[in-house]
Amino acid sequence: MRLISLCVSLLLPTLAWAGSTPIRAADEQVSTFTLDNGMEVVVIEDHRAPVVVHMVWYRAGSADEWPGVSGVAHFLEHLLFKATDMLESGEFSKTVSANGGNDNAFTSYDYTGYFQRVAADRLELMMKMESDRMVNLRLDEGDIATERDVILEERNMRTDNDPDALFREQMRAAQYLNHRYGTPVVGWRHEMEELSLEDAQSFYDLFYSPNNAILIVAGDTTPEDVQALAETYYGVIPANPALGPRERPSEPPQRAERRLIYEDARVAQPYVSRSYLAPERDSGDQRKAAALELLSEILGGSQTAVLPQKLQYDSQTAVYTGAWYSGTSLDDSTFNFVIVPAEGVTLEEGEAALDRVIAEFMETGVDADQLARIKAQARAARIYAKDNVQSLARMYGAALTSGLTVDDVLAWPDIVDSITADEIMAAAAEVFDDKSSVTGWVMAEATDKEVTQ
Amino acid sequence: MRFLATLLIVLWAALPARAEIDIQEVKTPGGITAWLVEDHNIPFVALELRFRGGASLDDPAKRGATYLMTGLLEEGAGDLDSRAFAEAVESQAASFGFDVGDDALSVSARFLTENRAASLDLLRLALTETRFDADAIERVRAQVISGLRSAEKDPNDIASKAFDAMVYGDHPYGSPYRGTVDSVAALTREDLVAAKEGAMARDRIYVSAVGDITAEELAVLLDDLLAGLPETGAPLPGPAKLNFPGGVTVVPFDTPQSVALWGQPGIGFDDPDFFAAYVMNTVLGGGGFDSRLMTEVREKRGLTYGVGSFMVGKDQADLLMGQVASGNDRMAEAIQVIQDEWRRMATEGVTEAELTQAKTYLTGAYPLRFDGNARIAGILVGMEVDGMAIDYARTRNEQVDAVTLEDVQRVAARLLDPETMTFVVVGAPAGL
Repeated sequence: MRLISLCVSLLLPTLAWAGSTPIRAADEQVSTFTLDNGMEVVVIEDHRAPVVVHMVWYRAGSADEWPGVSGVAHFLEHLLFKATDMLESGEFSKTVSANGGNDNAFTSYDYTGYFQRVAADRLELMMKMESDRMVNLRLDEGDIATERDVILEERNMRTDNDPDALFREQMRAAQYLNHRYGTPVVGWRHEMEELSLEDAQSFYDLFYSPNNAILIVAGDTTPEDVQALAETYYGVIPANPALGPRERPSEPPQRAERRLIYEDARVAQPYVSRSYLAPERDSGDQRKAAALELLSEILGGSQTAVLPQKLQYDSQTAVYTGAWYSGTSLDDSTFNFVIVPAEGVTLEEGEAALDRVIAEFMETGVDADQLARIKAQARAARIYAKDNVQSLARMYGAALTSGLTVDDVLAWPDIVDSITADEIMAAAAEVFDDKSSVTGWVMAEATDKEVTQ
Repeated sequence: MRFLATLLIVLWAALPARAEIDIQEVKTPGGITAWLVEDHNIPFVALELRFRGGASLDDPAKRGATYLMTGLLEEGAGDLDSRAFAEAVESQAASFGFDVGDDALSVSARFLTENRAASLDLLRLALTETRFDADAIERVRAQVISGLRSAEKDPNDIASKAFDAMVYGDHPYGSPYRGTVDSVAALTREDLVAAKEGAMARDRIYVSAVGDITAEELAVLLDDLLAGLPETGAPLPGPAKLNFPGGVTVVPFDTPQSVALWGQPGIGFDDPDFFAAYVMNTVLGGGGFDSRLMTEVREKRGLTYGVGSFMVGKDQADLLMGQVASGNDRMAEAIQVIQDEWRRMATEGVTEAELTQAKTYLTGAYPLRFDGNARIAGILVGMEVDGMAIDYARTRNEQVDAVTLEDVQRVAARLLDPETMTFVVVGAPAGL
């Protein structure tokens, strides 16, 4: 089947390319087109070195799991390195490394991605293997049992051995009342222990199909070459008609401020963490998210930001303060703060200082010079970003699996550059609402409690 | 299987043979030597500086002085206090990174072509006119101490500290280069100034630059940047005397997953068997998902998420090390499997197929590293510090390809020693 389609595309390129012709974005190294079966393709050119990164992203992450099988998206990601019709278990990675390449995969709330970094002339081989495991995975019970132990050890390493990670899990679970973003990507341990072959197979059968996938190739290649190969290997896989629109449980109005106390003897440095539910980037509607991104830079993005200046420089209230927000998300995101109080400052005092600085900022507003510096850095970041096409590729993959388009990604820098101080303050006023917030205190047991109560 | 065989036959012949980058050696009138790759595709430069010695130059009574000093390099210089300096760097959209480890202090800079002069003025100030203001010292000191307190409860940090103390003893490598809460609390401004004089001198500097700049421009820039540094710095420590008692040492810590570090004597870059050892370690535990350790400990038994072995080439010591993390009830089995693999490699060496696979991987992957100005600059300065020839990138794959099965068996038998293999485990492991 594969051989036949290869011949067709060589003999009749115009026929095989009927899907759409590559569109090169003006002034950018990015092209995009869609295969007939619905698979989107993005090509990012960089001809400085004979290297390509080949990625396939699925619009399926942990937030697409059904209740009771948390962690199955990530479990399946591991299982994709097992046997297929064409390859033995482990042979995928072995073949990549035999060709001098590296490969890996990643899972998040909104996506699962697979990538290989290889010499440019190995691109066809990567497509051959990646398209095979899109539909030809052959799971067996032996693989399931061993790999389940591996993901449990991964959870041990990433989460159970790390009090900060355990606390973040509790924060998110409290932040999201209804959405699956409140469930950890790696899964809750008790559900991970019960994950079965059928769970993984069901997730695979529904979500792994070309109409739910995005191909991204970055590096020393051309859109024309990528299109020819993509038609040959991915274009022949039929779309999955069972795949419906991507709708997940959404958040109801949040009506009550939530407060957590997390105690763990392994905590050496007590701190306060705060998160607010915050809107995400939407296709064609990114201004509010851009304002929030700038807001996070203004408040806590660098040592000249408001929080460090007030709490670490003007006063020695904290040893560390930070603010961050990421708008690349399919559904509601969060805006976050952290303050690590200085020695002798209680968590209560630290939290009060954080609230005071935010309240002052809401009064005084944005410093024009600071905003100008942040925008200058954002403009420079576009130049620096060209140095690492793998990062660019990941940025496109995350955006396209979060409901955005290539046009949205291309428009983003200009949108950020055009945001006004008023828009930033309006976004802050909307997001900093106690009712949709979670505040957590992290401390070791006993001694810290005495200090804080 | 048939699929794999076909692919290998067709494609191996076409592997890129070597890294095609053009490295120029630039010697400045002021006596600085730098390696440069000119690439005018993107209007910025990545510049890397390394000062040999790093935190190992600490006065033993002032442990942590070089680390704290490094943290203050971006906290005010010349007429600019901490805030003014940071704002000036942001206005130029430049980025400066300062870091230090056991063997080197590193400066990683990148700056836009349009802002080159102003950016370099700021970097020069940071390197040569550091202020060490009292309030900045106290602020950074508090951050360092906070980090040290966290390290006391981090299983990986606890493991490294115990391992280093056991293996390196009184050598600077034997104690944490960030210092202790007590030693850092006692550091004075004079200690920091002295640490800077000792660590950041022209007699130990290595430079690489990649990007939108010519050799002539770079030479002028470097002389201007580095002229204000002292000619000579503090003496380097001598070689470390290594102590590997063997066996397993457990550091009790209440956490669900144990972490283990292990080590034994290694092999230096100047050893004729270095590349044989490198290939051997790739098969054993250094490669990707298909190393023997990954196969046996993870893929077959599910005992861990990650396990690996790696060659450690420090300036004053060569080690072969490894690490693994495994649930408390499974660590004993993981260590048993690792020890068995060590013995199997020592006695049986590798197979012809494994040798071919490892060499193909290593020679194919090497040229792929050289993409991007920042990545290349980092690789180049590392090559300089390690004393490699400027054409190393072109000859390295030939040295890998020249390794024979006999070379690997010889070095495996000579190097791998289950008796000196010394484990430190942090956690609550059962049966250890």
